[in-house]
Amino acid sequence: MLRSIAARIAQALGLILAVVCLNFLLIHITPGDPATVIVGESGAGDPELLEQIRAQYGLDRPVIVQLGSYIGQVATGDLGDSYFFNQSVTSLILQRLWPTVLLVGTALTFAVAAGTMVGVATARRPESPLSHGATVLALVGFSMPVFWTGIMLVILFASAWKLLPVQGWHDVSYAPGLLGNVADVAEHLVLPALTLGLIYLAQYSRLSRASMLEVLESDYVRTARAKGLGERRVVYKHALRNAIIPVVTVIGLQFGALLSGALLVETVFNWPGLGRLAFDSILRRDTSVLLGVLLVSSGMVIVANLLTDLLYTVIDPRIRLRERTNV
Amino acid sequence: MSDVAGLGDMASADLPVAPGLGSGDGGAGRPGRETLRLFVRNRAAVAGVVMLLGIIFMTVAGPRIYDHDPKDIVARPLTPPGEIAEARLGTDYLGRDVLAGVIGGGTTSLTVAAMAAAMVLVIGISIGALAGYYGGWLDSALMRFTEFFQVLPALLFAMVLVALFEPSMWTIAFAIGVVAWPGIARITRAEFLRLKNLEFVRASRAVGATDWRIIRRVVFPNALPPLIVSATLIMGTAILFEAGLAFLGLGDPNNTSWGLMIGLNRGNFLTAWWSVTFPGLAIFFTVLSFSLIGDGLQDAYNPKLRGR
Repeated sequence: MLRSIAARIAQALGLILAVVCLNFLLIHITPGDPATVIVGESGAGDPELLEQIRAQYGLDRPVIVQLGSYIGQVATGDLGDSYFFNQSVTSLILQRLWPTVLLVGTALTFAVAAGTMVGVATARRPESPLSHGATVLALVGFSMPVFWTGIMLVILFASAWKLLPVQGWHDVSYAPGLLGNVADVAEHLVLPALTLGLIYLAQYSRLSRASMLEVLESDYVRTARAKGLGERRVVYKHALRNAIIPVVTVIGLQFGALLSGALLVETVFNWPGLGRLAFDSILRRDTSVLLGVLLVSSGMVIVANLLTDLLYTVIDPRIRLRERTNV
Repeated sequence: MSDVAGLGDMASADLPVAPGLGSGDGGAGRPGRETLRLFVRNRAAVAGVVMLLGIIFMTVAGPRIYDHDPKDIVARPLTPPGEIAEARLGTDYLGRDVLAGVIGGGTTSLTVAAMAAAMVLVIGISIGALAGYYGGWLDSALMRFTEFFQVLPALLFAMVLVALFEPSMWTIAFAIGVVAWPGIARITRAEFLRLKNLEFVRASRAVGATDWRIIRRVVFPNALPPLIVSATLIMGTAILFEAGLAFLGLGDPNNTSWGLMIGLNRGNFLTAWWSVTFPGLAIFFTVLSFSLIGDGLQDAYNPKLRGR
């Protein structure tokens, strides 16, 4: 068990190293000489200055040496500097990480909890109107572009009914103290988290419904019923535990997609997270920030996958980590 | 994706080949008559086909019937819908006709999505087929490679690619193709793993068919049903990707697209809901039509899984 966890962690580190190499590759295949970008338009005509910049940034060394020193840099937490914000990329990302984690975490919790509930309810009565309604909603939820869903929700909840704030994560003036702070952020969080959560709510309800239908037909569920257990206990204690496994799998698989969705949602709501940072750095052609965000978000996906793998062993002790790694 | 990456994986869940498709050569790839019958009896799937045909008709014939350039300024900015005949769905922040944009934007969205989906299929099927058919170290290596692409947040990676190489229809389709293939590779691999040791494949090998011929003519046609389903769903995914990129300002600036319209009018949506609502509806119905068709095909290939 411990050995397989160690193996999974080693694999995760390998993946992170691969992302670092990809970043390096992307910097190098980009059209344009990085030295000219650094000196800017005014200095590009001056060959001596270009040479000096190349030597200063190590751009005159062999590519493999540059890769080595790039990996070393990243390993010490140095992701370069943002020329627009005039700040280190690492500190920029650290500032923006928390809002994204908050948004993604809230949306995911909402989607998994509500989605599983809907899925279980509809699986128990597969021909009910609620069940058909949920199937239709799942299709609709999947087919809406997430940024558009956000805009539509804003038009509805914030503009037509003036219920909730629509921009940023703080009002200029909010009630003082920790409580006021939390309440203010929570209020701003509702619409973005709902927007992002709705899509996944649709998918998880569909998925948990399918797996619940299958589990409810299995022998052990029939046995549980035959020995006289209440329906509630059969469904929520016995069946759900197995039915939830595919949901956990998909959470891990889709975490990257969830982050991508968060990126669009943050742009719609001006939520000051990594997505908004990526969007701003595209507008300003701030490549080092963009690549830093790519690296950190990939790292988040890798960690999420590692956690879901560990979660499996908790939900279902029969699943051993080693078997999973080659699926 | 939005559900982007996971969608293919959801579609992969155990798809046994319909009986009667297992003959290997000659026409096995075409859906059988029974499949077709089940498909046309599925009202939702037929609705999807009708919807899609309507959208394609609007995109192809629309500009001829409704002869307005989406880039022309026709009236005051932010004119509400229904007020003037030049812009029945209102005008955007520059005074351009929203209806003309909705009609004209489909060309870009559908073309880019089709190119991207083609690329996804070529990459995904090649990698999946090689991994599944040959197994061993090649399988391990290719699956590590696939895993690597699965941990990159797809839209962000596509953004980086498009941002680094100037947005154009080609780079956008390329970027979507590069980020969206792992699901297809996994489905193809699973099918090839399942099929490669079945009797009819062993028989072909016994009579001396080359690997290339077996992959292409024997195994691949039998792996088609789940791939056809996923290809349909990938079209929907690709449209959402294109819309997302365009919304973020990474669309081809020379071609109107639905996502681009929403992105450009983002600052005005509270005063001019029509400028973002109609392009969004166009994206929604297009993706919905592909989802309905994909679900219908899946049910038709696997009547047992119906409604799951």
